[in-house]
Amino acid sequence: MVETHLRFRDDEPVGDPAVTVDAFGDQTNASAVRLEPGDEARDLLPYLERLKLIEVNFPAYTDGRGYTSARVLREAGYTGELRAVGDVLVDQLAYMRRCGFDSFAPEHPLNAADAKAALARYAEVYQSTTDGRLPVWTKRHG
Amino acid sequence: MKILTGNDLQSGAVTWWDGATWSLHVEDSADVGEHGEDIAARENAARRVVSPYVIDAEQSPDGIRPAHIKERIRALGPTVRLDLSLKPADADAGMWVI
Amino acid sequence: MYQYDSYDQALVDARVADFRDQVRRRLDGSMSEEQFRPLRLMNGLYLQLHAYMLRVAVPYGTLSSAQMRMLGDIADKYDRGYGHFTTRQNIQYNWIKLDEAPDILADLASVEMHAIQTSGNCIRNTTSDQYAGAAADELVDPRPYAELIRQWSTFHPEFSYLPRKFKMAVIASETDRAAMRLHDIGVQIVRNAAGELGCAFYVGGGMGRTPMIAPLIREFVPLDQFITYSEACLRVYNRHGRRDNKYKARIKILVHEIGKEEYSRQVEEEFAHLLTQGIEPPTAELERIKAQFADPAFEAGASDALDRSDPDFALWIDNNCVTHKQPGYIAATISLKPVGGIPGDASSDQIRLMADLARDYSFDELRVTHAQNIVLPHVKKADLYTLWQALDVAGLGTANLDQVGDIIACPGLDYCSLANARSIPVAQKLSERLAPKQQEIGELKLKISGCINACGHHHAGHIGILGVDRKGVENYQLLLGGCEGADTSLGQITGPGFDEDGIVGAVERATDYYLAQRENGERFLDTYRRLGMTPFKEAIYAPNSVKNGEPANG
Repeated sequence: MVETHLRFRDDEPVGDPAVTVDAFGDQTNASAVRLEPGDEARDLLPYLERLKLIEVNFPAYTDGRGYTSARVLREAGYTGELRAVGDVLVDQLAYMRRCGFDSFAPEHPLNAADAKAALARYAEVYQSTTDGRLPVWTKRHG
Repeated sequence: MKILTGNDLQSGAVTWWDGATWSLHVEDSADVGEHGEDIAARENAARRVVSPYVIDAEQSPDGIRPAHIKERIRALGPTVRLDLSLKPADADAGMWVI
Repeated sequence: MYQYDSYDQALVDARVADFRDQVRRRLDGSMSEEQFRPLRLMNGLYLQLHAYMLRVAVPYGTLSSAQMRMLGDIADKYDRGYGHFTTRQNIQYNWIKLDEAPDILADLASVEMHAIQTSGNCIRNTTSDQYAGAAADELVDPRPYAELIRQWSTFHPEFSYLPRKFKMAVIASETDRAAMRLHDIGVQIVRNAAGELGCAFYVGGGMGRTPMIAPLIREFVPLDQFITYSEACLRVYNRHGRRDNKYKARIKILVHEIGKEEYSRQVEEEFAHLLTQGIEPPTAELERIKAQFADPAFEAGASDALDRSDPDFALWIDNNCVTHKQPGYIAATISLKPVGGIPGDASSDQIRLMADLARDYSFDELRVTHAQNIVLPHVKKADLYTLWQALDVAGLGTANLDQVGDIIACPGLDYCSLANARSIPVAQKLSERLAPKQQEIGELKLKISGCINACGHHHAGHIGILGVDRKGVENYQLLLGGCEGADTSLGQITGPGFDEDGIVGAVERATDYYLAQRENGERFLDTYRRLGMTPFKEAIYAPNSVKNGEPANG
């Protein structure tokens, strides 16, 4: 079975199309925006309240700027849907979840079993992110 | 002439296209003419080779000789460890590379 | 040394399972080579000139004898009976099969080792001082900090797809034995005016096409904030490092292009933000790790006497052994550069022998140096002769540390598909040609790279050699005056290049000129710095000069 869309939220997905960052500035009623790798995630900070969906594009999965964008947004308190789109493979899912992505719309459909295995593979983590997982050093020392 | 070289996906061994399959020996190389890229793409997709690429070579009295020293070393093995090369018994094998 | 707890072990075990699955998906066609390649690189597996090559991590160069023994066994079981120790304190195997790679990782995991992030655009192995824990001049042992960095950087979710590779080094002494300022981030543990320990951060060093010495970005980061500061440095790089051109993608280019003040400013901003996020491991974690680097049970009152009556042994003591912080002990370097040998290579038997000697004579511990040698850090002087005799019999007793025969050389075109020229035959010829004068010459760090990627660190050699491709023929450029210590400098090219025999002659003329001109116990580097390039260049390219029966440029 293949997945064209993986989502880890309970609420209803946003129906609005995600507009570009440039267009977003002009549209006071837009609630969905798409960040390209070169965009500055912090430009969205004044609008986090009204944003329901932020898509982060990975034109090539080797371009890792989207991971920083995601973390910056979550660290700033964004609680809406954070979706990774584009060249997203099963092997990036775990890191993306840790950075705050809670939905995925990959260009090439993923094998659902592989995706599930990938997300469950690492029971421990060395770093603290906003994903709430306890890093090893917290488990070691409380 | 144009010949095709790559590595065996599973073993990593250096291979040379002999017209029908992949050989470990450069002397088996076939002249691929203008078809090298197509053969490379097909064989790569079928997982019979990894990272194939076309190179120039010439027929010489010693057999097929890749045009560039890098591929001659690739064909033989490390010149500083001829015991690990394809011609461990040949003390002069390293000279062929130069 | 650090020992895994169940968490560390769980992580490497999970990684083995992960990679085993990725190999399965590659071999069954679910994944293309394009998709697979960055993933196998993040497990240290390259497709090289002759076969797959696996680079195993040796964190900050420290190994137990059990780990070393496993490295020897892996060479026999999966490779062709030898391994190559690298300029980043790692080990490489050149003849790996893809379907066996997961098994090798499993064997490594059984001795708390891995090949995680030894390639790829991620944070690589953090290197350190080969005498850490033994050196008399260190402020503290730098390795606990390197271990903290190792854990922080392993499987870092934000920094696994950087613009390019990222290399860090940590030292804790004024004498830099790890070429710290030639790293993307170099950390020096220092004391501030109030006597507190902290980290000086140097960011933006590196070699390769555009060698640069890392500028000081922050003079002092408190110890309980240095992971957060590192994170800030990496985040600015991930965000702003160039991704348009592979040759301009390292952090040194970013720091150079925006300037160190601007880079530092951006890092400070990010640092201030990240301090609110609670990402720093607690002090208790550093203390837990430090406890595992406590001194071994040195014998108090061990004799400082050494019987120097065997002249070969005396020479080896003088060249290869350094003063230890503990009286009665010594740190001994095992040279992997026998005359005419392949620098950094060791057979599986030699590797196992070194493991046994470490078990018997060095509290079970070894170090890999970035000069491609092995150190036994804690040898009792009373055991030194027995140790040396065992090394000598095995071809491991060459007394040439930091001398002209102690050549650093990358694998070069004999092994590496990135290379333009072979480096090992040049090293072998120079080693043989200069062996008779080696003691007379004294300290001379000769470094050879087979291409501009500079894995042989040629920019940092007192004498450096760079192999280039000149219309399909191997050619060699000569550089003088590089240095990797606290007084880091980059070598300068002398002039036109040479063929393989020519470069050997050129280096010999440079060393002969030094011998003729040196004053007051100067090393080669000192004489070069005093006289400058001009007279050396004249001596090297002297027209019609016949040296040892060969013409100047032949």
